[in-house]
Amino acid sequence: MSNLLLLPVLVPFLAGAVLILLRNHPLIQRVSSAVIMTVMLLISIQLLYTITTGGILTVELGNWSPPFGIVLVGDMFASMMVLLTSIVGLACLFFSFQTMARIREKFFFYPFYFFLLTGVNGSFLTGDLFNLFVFFEVMLISSFILIVFGGTPYQLRESYKYVVINVFASGLFLVAIAFIYGATGTLNMAHIAVQVAEMEQQGVINVAAILLLIVFGMKGALFPLYFWLPKSYYGPPAAIAALFGGLLTKVGIYAIIRTFTLIFVHDTAFTHNIILALAGLTMFFGVLGAVSQFDFKRILSYHIISQVGYMVMGLGLFTPLALAGAIYYIAHHIIVKSALFLFAGATQKITGTTDLKKMSGLLKTHPALAWLFFISAISLAGIPPLSGFFSKFALILSGVEEGRYIIVAVSLLVGLLTLFSMMKIFIYVFWGGPSLKRSDYAHIKLLPLLAPIIPLVALTITLGLFAEPIFVFSEGVAAEILDPSIYIDAVLEE
Amino acid sequence: MKTNFVMLHTVTRIVSFIILSFSVYLFFAGHNAPGGGFIGGLMMAGALVLLYVSFDMDRIKKVLPIDYTQMIGLGLIIAILTGLNSLVFGDPFLTQYFDYFQWPFMGEVELTTALPFDLGIFLVVVGVALLSILTIAEDVS
Amino acid sequence: MEILMILTGGIIITVAVYLLMTRSILRVVFGIIMLSHGVHLLILTLAGLEEGAPPLLTENADAYTDPLPQALILTAIVISFGVTAFLLVLAYQTNKAHDSDDLEELRGNADE
Repeated sequence: MSNLLLLPVLVPFLAGAVLILLRNHPLIQRVSSAVIMTVMLLISIQLLYTITTGGILTVELGNWSPPFGIVLVGDMFASMMVLLTSIVGLACLFFSFQTMARIREKFFFYPFYFFLLTGVNGSFLTGDLFNLFVFFEVMLISSFILIVFGGTPYQLRESYKYVVINVFASGLFLVAIAFIYGATGTLNMAHIAVQVAEMEQQGVINVAAILLLIVFGMKGALFPLYFWLPKSYYGPPAAIAALFGGLLTKVGIYAIIRTFTLIFVHDTAFTHNIILALAGLTMFFGVLGAVSQFDFKRILSYHIISQVGYMVMGLGLFTPLALAGAIYYIAHHIIVKSALFLFAGATQKITGTTDLKKMSGLLKTHPALAWLFFISAISLAGIPPLSGFFSKFALILSGVEEGRYIIVAVSLLVGLLTLFSMMKIFIYVFWGGPSLKRSDYAHIKLLPLLAPIIPLVALTITLGLFAEPIFVFSEGVAAEILDPSIYIDAVLEE
Repeated sequence: MKTNFVMLHTVTRIVSFIILSFSVYLFFAGHNAPGGGFIGGLMMAGALVLLYVSFDMDRIKKVLPIDYTQMIGLGLIIAILTGLNSLVFGDPFLTQYFDYFQWPFMGEVELTTALPFDLGIFLVVVGVALLSILTIAEDVS
Repeated sequence: MEILMILTGGIIITVAVYLLMTRSILRVVFGIIMLSHGVHLLILTLAGLEEGAPPLLTENADAYTDPLPQALILTAIVISFGVTAFLLVLAYQTNKAHDSDDLEELRGNADE
């Protein structure tokens, strides 16, 4: 029992509640949310340190012992995700100070920002399937409100679809929970894993597994279910789009990895091959979408889809090396993708558009912006020595070892096309003659815009340069989640 | 056109108080019997909506100068802080404590920490329900 | 009894899917509401129906129904209440901003 594990969920929740009361004091709101976010970063560093050195932490809410009560479980994977959430949350918060219209702050931007983080952290830390549903809903309801922020007709239209899709997915989630509860009589994930392993009827479990895959795939933008993503992520302001692009789909991916390494491991020939096929299709069609677009934010949105494919590919291969690669990839992706969306926001602030064909020549006027973007872009495409390279390398190596040559070929091709479309952005936006007059951009100070992005770019360089220790860490995480008994023992036997 | 809904007004004056007191009853009954913060809150929201429907909005606003968004925030804070007080005793979040007290006139009464938690839920539910209804209702352009 | 409940749930979900596929923005919201009702019924049924057993009221009950599904459904109802409230406001605002409740017109292919 350790109440440290509660803090990543409770601190933002309480902060959001208090900030509702302070809606008419924008300055207090800004200062206090910055302080709280920094505190959260420190808490999550402490949490990761405690768990890495001391093993899995659990908290039994309301002192009801599992499997009857709800437990929060923090293992290395979950605490790593919590840390990444705090990093991205801090960067996007500071970016929103620079770009968010002042009038919008009155409409509960900060409270819902923190409620969103509550939902995200809760989804990472919970050890109960129904509680996962509840935290998903906390996250989604806040995301509904953040995505419609500003209320332009475009946003209203696309958020409506986003909301309907997600609510439908939540309905399916409940169906899956009903199946699992009917079959196993429990909702505690560790206890479900025990029950499933002892069960003779695997058909029902496979049905529930596929239902959950559909649900999480819908939230995580897997192959046939990604159609909502590019349009809805195009609408909101850059700070929110960066937070969503970095985090929200990854919550779905986290849930897939968690359930398919803990619970549904009895029939990997069936489930994990489906996952692998979906991974290949997801990355291929996602990158094709990116290649065909000529809009900064839309290209990035399609790249989210194609990269979700890499993470799921690691799960589909289901070897320690592949999972370590997938975990490394998640860390790399969350940081780089948020940075790129913030770059899109910065260029939008400078040029007033996100259409690539209307921009050019920013390299001459804003060299710092250009080169920082270049680093992030080639990191995304997987050029050594940046972080994208090592994670993809592990995944591809594992694919070759397993003899899954089709997925290896697809992922190499997708890497090439990723590089192509990132270079397309670089060429259109930064090369050529300057499209702006000095008077157009002189009033926009570049440094405050870049300040929140620089740490993210520095992190991707660090993740690449210190690949060795970080890869060892990812292998530790992969070993932990590949052995469900560690998790089960930590939860059920105290 | 200003119409005078005599029947509606008369009925509302009586019925709304019955609903309001029933909602308070449901709220307190919730610990060991059907009821609770959510149901009581919905019932109270129903009574308030009835008031808003039968009398016009500005008048009710004068009588009940409540900011429902503040109410939601307050409810959340009450609920979270109730859960947090168990941390003081070193127990996990949301641990419930209860004891029996002898009160004058009322005899033995069970008091639990679930009650303030439910009060928080109650406030949030009333706030959310009325806020979403009034948001649409106020928008007459 | 189980068969009847499953069939009822199935019919409700069928209606929900039909409504979700209509072109009217408001009917889709009704579809979402119906879907959540059907799913709640399904939870209750799949968790097992007990005949003649009341909910757990006292500590020494001989027969009782499993209270957990009821708690789950209550939670799910609370959530769907919040989501529906939000969705109604959103549908209303969308309808007002675009001056149309036809989802075919709200596809938004024109501005790609």
